[in-house]
Amino acid sequence: MNLPDCIPKSCCKVANALLNGSWKGLVLVIETTTELVLASRIESIGMAAEIAAKFLSQFGAGDDVVFAVDMAIREAVTNAVIHGNKQDGNKNVVVSFSKSANALEIQVRDQGHGFDPEGVADPTDPLNLLKSSGRGILFMRTFMDEVEWLAHDEGGTVVRMTKRL
Amino acid sequence: MAELEIKERQAGDVTVLDMDGKVTIGEGSVALRGAIRRLLEEGKKKILLNLAGVGYIDSSGIGELVSSFTAINKEGGQLKLLNLTQKLQDLLAITKLLTVFDVYENEQEALSSFK
Repeated sequence: MNLPDCIPKSCCKVANALLNGSWKGLVLVIETTTELVLASRIESIGMAAEIAAKFLSQFGAGDDVVFAVDMAIREAVTNAVIHGNKQDGNKNVVVSFSKSANALEIQVRDQGHGFDPEGVADPTDPLNLLKSSGRGILFMRTFMDEVEWLAHDEGGTVVRMTKRL
Repeated sequence: MAELEIKERQAGDVTVLDMDGKVTIGEGSVALRGAIRRLLEEGKKKILLNLAGVGYIDSSGIGELVSSFTAINKEGGQLKLLNLTQKLQDLLAITKLLTVFDVYENEQEALSSFK
C-alpha cells in the first residue's frame, strides 16, 4: 500500500512499518496528532495499541502512562469493533491521538447505533462478579483521568479519553 | 508464534496449565476456553492455571478466567490461580475478583489446597 503524498517523509518510515498485508488502514502522523482509520476487525485492536505506543514513545512517556493508555485503547477499540460496528466490514473505527503540553487525548469513533454507558451494570457489584463481560468500561475509567461518551453528528459514538502527563 | 502458549502437565490429580503469552480478545481467550473445555471433557476437574508467563490480559481475558471458573465449578471441580504478575494482580483487585479466585504464589501450596 502506498502512503499518500501528504504524509511528511519523516513519518513514512514509521507508517510503512505499521502497514502490512493483514491490515488495510491509513495512518496519518502529523506532528502531535495521529489519526487512524481501522477496519472493524479484532486485529485492529492490537494495531491501535501498537500505534498508541509508538505515538507515546515520541514524547518519552513513562511506563505507567504507556500501560494505562494501552489498556484503555484496547478496551475502547474492542467496544467500537464488537459492540459499535459489530464487526461490519463496511464500517470503520477512527482513532485519533493528540498531545498538548500536559495531557494526551484519545478519541475512538465507531459507526454504530449509539451507546449509553449508564446502561452497563457495575461489574464490581457482588451480583455481577461472575459475569463474563462488562469490565472494559471499568478499565477505561480506571486507567484514564477522564472518559466521556459523545454522540457523533454523523452517527455513531465517540469515546474521548484524557490522560494527564 | 501463537499469542498464548498453553502447556499441560499433571501433578497428582491436579492438571497444571503453564500459560505463556497474552490472554486478550481473540486468539488468547479462545485458546484458554478451548483448553478448559477439553480438560472438562476428559474429566479433569482440578485445574491450576500457572500465569507466571502471562504478561498481558484485557477485560476479555479476565472474562475468560471468570467463565473458566464458573464452568469448572458447575462440573463440581476447582480452578485456582498461581503466580500472578503484579499487573494481573492489580487488575483482579480493580475488578474485585481477588475475592472470587483462590490465588497462590507457591505451587506446592496451591497443589496441596485442592480437595
